[in-house]
Amino acid sequence: MSTLDLFSVTPSEAADLLPRRFRDWFASRGWAPREHQLALLAKAREQRSALLIAPTGAGKTLAGFLPTLVELSGETPGRKDSHLPLKGGGRHARGRDSATGRDGWGSAAGSEQTADPQPSPRPFRGRESDQLAGGEDAVVEQPRPSLISTGRSVRRSGGLHTLYISPLKALAVDIARNLETPVAEMGLPIRIETRTGDTPVSRRQRQRRYPPDILLTTPEQLALLLASDDAPYLFSSLKRIVLDELHALVTSKRGDLLSLGLARLWTIAPQMRAIGLSATVADPEQLARFLVPQPGGQSASADVVIAGGAAPPLVEMLDTRERLPWSGHSARHALPEVYELIKRNKTTLVFVNTRSQAEMLFQDLWRMNDDGLAIALHHGSLDVAQRRKVEDAMAAGKLRGVVCTSSLDLGVDWGDVDLVINIGAPKGSSRLMQRIGRANHRFDEASRAVLVPANRFEVLECRVAIDAIAENAQDTPPLRSGALDVLAQHVLGCACGEPFFSDELYAEVRTAAPYAALSRTDFDDVVDFVATGGYALKTYERFARIKQDKNGRWRVANPKVRQSYRLNVGTIVEETMLKVRLVRSRAGGSGSTGAIARGGRMLGEIEEVFIEGLVVGDTFVFGGEVVRYEALVEDQVYVSRANDKDAKVPSYMGGKFPLSTYLAERVRNLLDNSRAWNALPDQVHDWLSLQKRFSRVPALRELLVETFPRGGKHYLICYPFEGRLAHQTLGMLLTRRLERARARPLGFVANEYALAIWCVSDVPSMIRQGRLDLNALFDPDMLGDDLEAWLAESALMKRTFRNCAIISGLIARRFTDEEKSRRQVLFSTDLIYDVLRKHQADHVLLRAARGDAATGLLDLRRLGDMLSRIHGRITHKDLDHVSPLAVPALLEIGRESVYGEASDELLAEAAEELVREAMT
Amino acid sequence: MADVGFLADCSGALFWEEQRLLIVSDLHLEKGSSFASRGVLLPPYDTVATLSRLAAVIARHDPRQVIALGDSFHDRTAHERLSEADREVLAALQARRSWIWISGNHDPALPSDLGGVVATEVAIGPIVFHHEPTGRSGEIAGHLHPKARVPTRGRSIERRCFASDGERAVMPAFGAYTGGLSIRDAAFARVFGASTFMVHVLGDNRVHAFAASRCY
Repeated sequence: MSTLDLFSVTPSEAADLLPRRFRDWFASRGWAPREHQLALLAKAREQRSALLIAPTGAGKTLAGFLPTLVELSGETPGRKDSHLPLKGGGRHARGRDSATGRDGWGSAAGSEQTADPQPSPRPFRGRESDQLAGGEDAVVEQPRPSLISTGRSVRRSGGLHTLYISPLKALAVDIARNLETPVAEMGLPIRIETRTGDTPVSRRQRQRRYPPDILLTTPEQLALLLASDDAPYLFSSLKRIVLDELHALVTSKRGDLLSLGLARLWTIAPQMRAIGLSATVADPEQLARFLVPQPGGQSASADVVIAGGAAPPLVEMLDTRERLPWSGHSARHALPEVYELIKRNKTTLVFVNTRSQAEMLFQDLWRMNDDGLAIALHHGSLDVAQRRKVEDAMAAGKLRGVVCTSSLDLGVDWGDVDLVINIGAPKGSSRLMQRIGRANHRFDEASRAVLVPANRFEVLECRVAIDAIAENAQDTPPLRSGALDVLAQHVLGCACGEPFFSDELYAEVRTAAPYAALSRTDFDDVVDFVATGGYALKTYERFARIKQDKNGRWRVANPKVRQSYRLNVGTIVEETMLKVRLVRSRAGGSGSTGAIARGGRMLGEIEEVFIEGLVVGDTFVFGGEVVRYEALVEDQVYVSRANDKDAKVPSYMGGKFPLSTYLAERVRNLLDNSRAWNALPDQVHDWLSLQKRFSRVPALRELLVETFPRGGKHYLICYPFEGRLAHQTLGMLLTRRLERARARPLGFVANEYALAIWCVSDVPSMIRQGRLDLNALFDPDMLGDDLEAWLAESALMKRTFRNCAIISGLIARRFTDEEKSRRQVLFSTDLIYDVLRKHQADHVLLRAARGDAATGLLDLRRLGDMLSRIHGRITHKDLDHVSPLAVPALLEIGRESVYGEASDELLAEAAEELVREAMT
Repeated sequence: MADVGFLADCSGALFWEEQRLLIVSDLHLEKGSSFASRGVLLPPYDTVATLSRLAAVIARHDPRQVIALGDSFHDRTAHERLSEADREVLAALQARRSWIWISGNHDPALPSDLGGVVATEVAIGPIVFHHEPTGRSGEIAGHLHPKARVPTRGRSIERRCFASDGERAVMPAFGAYTGGLSIRDAAFARVFGASTFMVHVLGDNRVHAFAASRCY
């Protein structure tokens, strides 16, 4: 049961919720508590968990912590002043009095001999108890933390009160810093600490023995804390967990891991309530399920509080004076205009979709930076220290512009950004709204944003995104169902803590929203996998990692297992990175062979998948300069300095996020409605009109398929508008079918909107003669046997499997020193995939990988939806030459990766090409 | 090679027609259980997979003799972990043909009860079979697990391969879990010296030849 409320709070109600000291503090700052901040206080008092939906700049973080600060202040709201005698030695008072202000906190945190905060020994309620079944409605008595003045210092018997979880460790550190201000200014007796991968071991140990009142950390650190036998001691006093940026956390496996941690906490600390902080999402009720234990068979949600009053953003599309490109993603045509915008505004964030795009744009902007504007670069591959420097300069108002990627989607507020520019496709309306929210973090002022489409198709996408924002239409994805590989990691973590019974852990795991529907079979298979690999061939009993004791409880078999778990916790599998080294070019000496000169200056690191897409001799931008790809030897990429001004490979790499289903639907609507084209720039309007005359503009529900000859080959192009990932999968499957139909496909290219396949055979005449039936070609049954056959060899599927193998703990990515000293353990997960698939196709890891494939790199679910939508609604246009709509896709050939699974064909073609080369 | 014609099978085996001799290298049997004993529970199906591929290629060529060119077992005790079923499969493959186990660095001390004979080196005519390549003329070796990445249209394909300059050859690893070493690694330069060499890349149904300098 939950309520959706927009609180309206009267001053007397505010007084009722906020103690005097807090009201005075707000007043001293010239602030009034916001409605949603008070709403969360009210929820906390009613012992309710709550989800706060608020845009950036709404004081979301303070809202999340206010209930904790009030409870820990020891004051009762509404009553007459009840200041506790802090005078005369409270360390927090010292902190406040000291001239250094926040530094006082730092020293306080390190002085536990004066603090001596000893948690009261609260009996741990055994897992046998069914407490959490009562869920939200069971009001657990919550003793107010008592403060005992020892005369020398503050002694509290409360233990850890509040846990704060952030997706970014930098964010946790920043929030801790921000939180110190009100705490110091109000002189609250509260100890705040952070715990991240960077926290020194001594401090970590102390945190376990003498927990702070508030601990700020990440999902991975929470998992580590839970995977120890003193977890009940540490967490049994917990009253609240605050989950920041929940909308971002729940879309990934990190969210699964966090949900399992929550389930653990509900058992250890049944009195704990959750506060979720989130940007606007499509379905708040769904998201609110994450915050409360799910009762078996039913669904429960936390209360939802929505902050109102944000001014709608002002978004426009750049009306370029230049010619709009047909394809590409660089938006180079509009750079002078982008530069003008940066110049005209105080601070501008320029968002692009990929790292390499950011690199290129940054370089181009510097080339035209005659005014010497302070423009910086920020993306995930940059060194952490470098990123922090940019962030600090930004916070200090020293920068005029920052070119950034999704690396800046999250993070603390910076106040003075007054314009957001989004280069390229917005991909999804919610994502775009969150980015736009980065401009002007004053809540009641409108954010300003300019969208810069990089090609004609992106104009359509920008147009519908602007409309969606005007309607405040959200397209965040639905809540995930929990991944089995993450569950495997959690089960091992549980065994590293207190021994567990399968029955009890199964019941506990199902209280986590993503795992509410987990079957017992899946659970048991996962436990079996953790123990002995889960193989039908039972030969690894003696190598078991977890074992049952005589009571049937599971525990780790030996300390090495625990050590390995600790090293490998987490669900973020980094791309394999290769080191880039600069060497002298060997392009001059023809026919040179042999090994390239080793050594060379290190330029940085680059994703392996990117290099795999290159051919020796290709040029690309790296670290701000154009380089030529020379060779790949082990984990080293050798490049030489290229004198070209432009890189041959724009290295777009597609970006991580495909066009959202929602925006795709709107794009199809826009195309279908030719009257709406008037709102589009003339160039785009003309382009669509030309397409209408020459071929056809796809109608809302149909799939348009065009065929035409070109350069001795026959092209088949279709326009599903389902995003690159789904199109790529469709391309793989269609080429298999076309091969069987003897159309002899050679390759295909997929972008966000279209898929183009080229064949040796005359496809249109095959269609005319009835030798190829388009309806049969696009029949949804391709997701049956064809899919299975393709999955057997798909590189994408193998990559998906690799991630599952790592997250589940089958394969370690980090080793203990002892293991490292032995020869590095390297084997190919591709080969393991091949063998496992052949000998135990229903193995739990393969099931996990298939689950990922449905929504991940292969986007199967979306492809399936599309195939059923267009079934029987295919329109074929038999053309003499390429259509206007097809041009962008064809221009991507040679830029985007071209696929063809028929490796023999490709290898043969490569061999022939080399022969030709040699003959001429 | 050295005036002897060899057939490079796309499974990774080499066949000498006149001698009806089949050579396979680096089977690495029981690699899975070897890792399992150290806590990495790789699927225990690698031996079955390797032996069934070996059975297929033997059925295809019906050799009179087989040479396993070293590192046939992943560790010193791996042969003890062979399942009863796998032993029987192996025995069936060895029936009616002579079988030579060349010892490698992973299996330097093979027992004599595996069927066939154990040797460190075998010479037949102008050809010498030896596990670790030394670079001498007429040598066929394994050990290095060569693989090559071939650039094709817009992407590259990486496969296991044979490497040879007509004087000496390095065979690909045959085992189901055996990874590879790029033919651009300095180890190959040491084997082939200054001479240019070819790679014979294992396709799905055929073997493709490239100049090594064209691959990476």
